[in-house]
Amino acid sequence: MDAVAAAAIGGDDRSADSVIRVRGLRTQFGPQVVHDDLNLDVRRGEVLGVVGGSGTGKSVLLREIIGLMEPAAGTIEVLGHDTRRLAPKDAKSLSGRWGVLFQDGALFSALTVGQNIRVPIQEYTDLPSDLMDDIVRLKVQMSGLPSFACGKFPSELSGGMRKRAGLARALALDPEILFLDEPTAGLDPIGAAAFDQLILGLKRSLGLTVFMVTHDLDSLAAICDRIAVLVDKRVIVDTMANLMETDHPWIREYFHGPRARAAAGAGQTSG
Amino acid sequence: MTAEPFDRLAASGRADGAAAWLDTDRTGRRLVLRAGGSWTLAHAPALDQRLRAEAAGAGSGDVLIDLSAIRSLDTTGAWLIRRTAGDLGERGAAVEVAGLSEELAGLLDRVGQKPEPMDIEGPAVNKLVEIANRVGYASFEFCRSAANLTAFLGMLVVKTASAFLHPGRLRLRSLVYHMEQTGLNAMPIVGLLSFLIGVVLAYQGAIQLRQFGAEVFTVNLLGVSMLRVLGVLLTAIIIAGRSGSAFTAQIGTMKVNQEVDAMRTIGLDPTEVLVLPRLFALLITLPLLSFYAVIMGLVGGAIMCALVLDISFYQFINQLRGAITTNDLLVGIIQAPVFAFIIAMVGCYEGLQVSGSAESVGQQTTRSVVESIFIVIILTALFTIIFSNLGI
Repeated sequence: MDAVAAAAIGGDDRSADSVIRVRGLRTQFGPQVVHDDLNLDVRRGEVLGVVGGSGTGKSVLLREIIGLMEPAAGTIEVLGHDTRRLAPKDAKSLSGRWGVLFQDGALFSALTVGQNIRVPIQEYTDLPSDLMDDIVRLKVQMSGLPSFACGKFPSELSGGMRKRAGLARALALDPEILFLDEPTAGLDPIGAAAFDQLILGLKRSLGLTVFMVTHDLDSLAAICDRIAVLVDKRVIVDTMANLMETDHPWIREYFHGPRARAAAGAGQTSG
Repeated sequence: MTAEPFDRLAASGRADGAAAWLDTDRTGRRLVLRAGGSWTLAHAPALDQRLRAEAAGAGSGDVLIDLSAIRSLDTTGAWLIRRTAGDLGERGAAVEVAGLSEELAGLLDRVGQKPEPMDIEGPAVNKLVEIANRVGYASFEFCRSAANLTAFLGMLVVKTASAFLHPGRLRLRSLVYHMEQTGLNAMPIVGLLSFLIGVVLAYQGAIQLRQFGAEVFTVNLLGVSMLRVLGVLLTAIIIAGRSGSAFTAQIGTMKVNQEVDAMRTIGLDPTEVLVLPRLFALLITLPLLSFYAVIMGLVGGAIMCALVLDISFYQFINQLRGAITTNDLLVGIIQAPVFAFIIAMVGCYEGLQVSGSAESVGQQTTRSVVESIFIVIILTALFTIIFSNLGI
C-alpha cells in the first residue's frame, strides 16, 4: 500500500470539523464483503465525490450514512451524532438537517412538484401556509426549474426536471449536508454541466456540504474538492491532482483512461 | 425600544441553537429594524408573525433594516427579510437593507426578489365538471377496452388456429412451466377452498332441508350445485385472482423493462412467446382443476353429512349416484375452457396495455382481475340460462 492510501485510510483524527465520520465500517451481503474496516471523513463545506467500480458499494455507503441500511459493524457519525444509537425522535430531527437526492428524483408521484417540496416543510415546521408556499416557490426558482413545473406532476416532467425537482425537495429544509446519488446520470452534457454549476452555486451560497456519488468524470473535475475512491473494500480520499499521481492500478486506470484525460483537460480550462 | 428575544425558540431546531431576535427603533419618521441571532427555518414562525406586525404598523417613512447582528441565515430567513423589505416598499417607504456580511449577502441575493407566482396544487377543476369528466372518461374507457378486447380476442383466435396448424412453434418448456404455475401450484388453495365451500353448503342445506324431514336431499343439492356451477365457478374466480393477476404483472413488468420491445426488434412475436403458452396452459389446467375442485367439494360435503346428518359415506355415494348424471359433470366442465380463455386473454391483454411506469402495472393488474371475474360471472349466468332452456 502506498503512502497516500495509508494516510487516507489511517483516518486522521485532527478533522474536528468533519460533518460525517465513518469508522471501521463493515458491510456484508451473505458471504460477500463489500466494505471492510472502512474509514471516511467528510469536512464541513466541501464537495466530496465518491467513485468506484460497479459493485464496490458507493450507493450502499450513502444508504448506510443516511440510515436506510444497517452496516454489519462500525460507527457512523453525522453532525456529531452516532446514527445507529439515536432515539427515533433524535434520528428524525437529524434527518431534517440533511437532504437526499435519489437517482431519478424519487418524487412522490401522487403529488405535484410544489406539493412534493412542501412535504418536508410541513413535516418539520409549523409555518403559516402562505409563507410555506413562498418557500416552495423560492426552492423551485433556486433549483432552476421553470415556474410552470411547480404545478405539474412528476410524470409530466422530463428526467432532468425531475432531478431538479428532487433537488428542490432535498433543499426544502435548508439542510447542512446534501447527499446526491448520481446527480448527472441520464442528463445530456449541457444539462449535466448546468446541474454541476447549480450544485456549486448552491454550495457556495448556502454553505452546503455535499456528498456526491457519481460516475461523471466531468462533475468530479468541475466541482469536487476531494474525491473518495472505493477500492479494495476501503476508501482512499484525496484531491484529484494527488489521486492522479497514485499508482494503485484501478485508480490509475480510472484517472488516466481516455475519458478521464478529456474530462481533466476540460475541467482545467473551464475553471 | 422593544427587545424581545425569542428564547423559547432557541431550544428547538438546529444545532446553531442561538435565538433569533428583532429590535425596533423609531425616531420620528425613521424606523430601524435591527435583526440578530440565527434567522433560520426553526425560528421562522415567530419571526414571520413579528415581521408581519411590524410591516403592518409601519408608516411610509424611511426604513433601515440593519442585519449586522445576524450570525446565521438560511433561505427562509433571507426570504423573510426580502419579503418585509418588499412589503414596506409597496407602502411607499424607502427601504435600505444594510450590514450583512459578504457571504450572507450572497444568500440574500440568491433569494432575489419576490418569486414568480406559481401554481403549487396543480390545475384546479370545477367539481361538477370533474364528475362529468370522470363519468365520460370512464364510459369512453369502457367502450374502448371492450373494442380492444374484442380485437385481441380475434387475434388470439387466429394465432391459436395457426398454432394448431404449426404445433412445432409452440413453446413446450414455457407451456409446461405455466402449467406448473397455474395448475399444480394452485392445487392446495383450490382444494382447500372447494372443500370448505362443500362443508358450508352441506351444513346450510341440512339446516333448511331438515325442516321438511328431507335431510338426505342435501346430497342432491350438494352434488348438482357443485358439479354444474360451483366447482368451475369457484376455480375460475380463484385462478383469475391468482394466475390472471400474475399474467398481467409478469407481462406488465416486461413491458416496463422494455423486454417486449426488445422481443419485437429481435423478431419474436410477443403474442406467440408470452400469450399463447399462458393461454394453452390455462386451457389445459383449468378443466382439470375444476374437476379436482368438484371432488374436493363433494368430499367436504360428505364429511359434513357424516358428522351432522349421520349419512354414512356409503349412503352418500348411493344417494349421489341417483342425484347426478354424467351430463351434470359435463355441463360444468365444458365451461372451464371458456373461462380459461377469458382469464388468460384478459390477463395478457391488460399486461400488454401497461405503459411506462411501475404504477401502471398495479392499475392494470387490478383491472385484469376485476374484468375477468366480471366476465366469468356474466358467462356463468348466461350458461345457466342457456342450459336450462335447452333442458340439459
